[in-house]
Amino acid sequence: MAAEQELAVRDKKELVSKDEKASPGRYFIPYADIYETEDALTVVMEMPGVEKQALDIGVERDVVKVDGRIDFSKYDGMDPVYTEYNVGHYTRSFTLSNKIDQEQISAQLDDGVLTLTLPKAKEAQPRKIAIG
Amino acid sequence: MALFPDPFGTISSLQQALDAFRSSGWLASSPSGGGSYPPLNMFRKGDDFIIITEVPGINKADLELQVKGNTIRLAGTKRVSYPEKASLHRRERLAGRFDRAVTLPVQIDADGVKAECRDGILALFLPRAERDKPKSIQIA
Repeated sequence: MAAEQELAVRDKKELVSKDEKASPGRYFIPYADIYETEDALTVVMEMPGVEKQALDIGVERDVVKVDGRIDFSKYDGMDPVYTEYNVGHYTRSFTLSNKIDQEQISAQLDDGVLTLTLPKAKEAQPRKIAIG
Repeated sequence: MALFPDPFGTISSLQQALDAFRSSGWLASSPSGGGSYPPLNMFRKGDDFIIITEVPGINKADLELQVKGNTIRLAGTKRVSYPEKASLHRRERLAGRFDRAVTLPVQIDADGVKAECRDGILALFLPRAERDKPKSIQIA
């Protein structure tokens, strides 16, 4: 039985890449859970502070890339007094196998949690064989 | 997916909880009164304070917010759930109970505290008590 992982404070993983981005802002890697059911692969990512219009999901050459931006204008006029975590944009990409039906990928964003559903292609779904 | 109920469930969860406190930042010098999740940022806007914390996936019903004097207590449960017949490939999100108290060095107006939770961000607006507002001094 998998024990529930205890809530603990973790530093955000920052994205370190060889290519630089032209726009300012640090990028962090959101924590993701990946689980598989009979008909789909689901990726659940935590991106607090990202609103629907600031979320960008794209599929290109078998890679699904999720890009969530934070609206820093909310912090205008506020001076930090005590900080425990850093705020930045989120990005993460996954390479898809050919078992995924890329046309049917759907996404849902609730309370800062993105649920990405990658349905399996018909050929990859388990088929029950009837015994004649 | 549990095949048998875990006979050591109570012991191991108690031990895990005790371990979590030992390795947490609770006894380190920090303003938090208990526990260290969720991490929060405190800002000052004029005379008032704003606390912003990230609570992704936690809905309002699971959050408990209390104010007493200059202490703010934030408690709740973070739940992570999967469908019955799912096989887990990767698990990075954590779940569990949290209970944290922060004491501010200034007095706040408890009746004016406002909280807003949106997109996984909880923002607490803490207006400073009138009697505690600093007085501006003119330099001649």
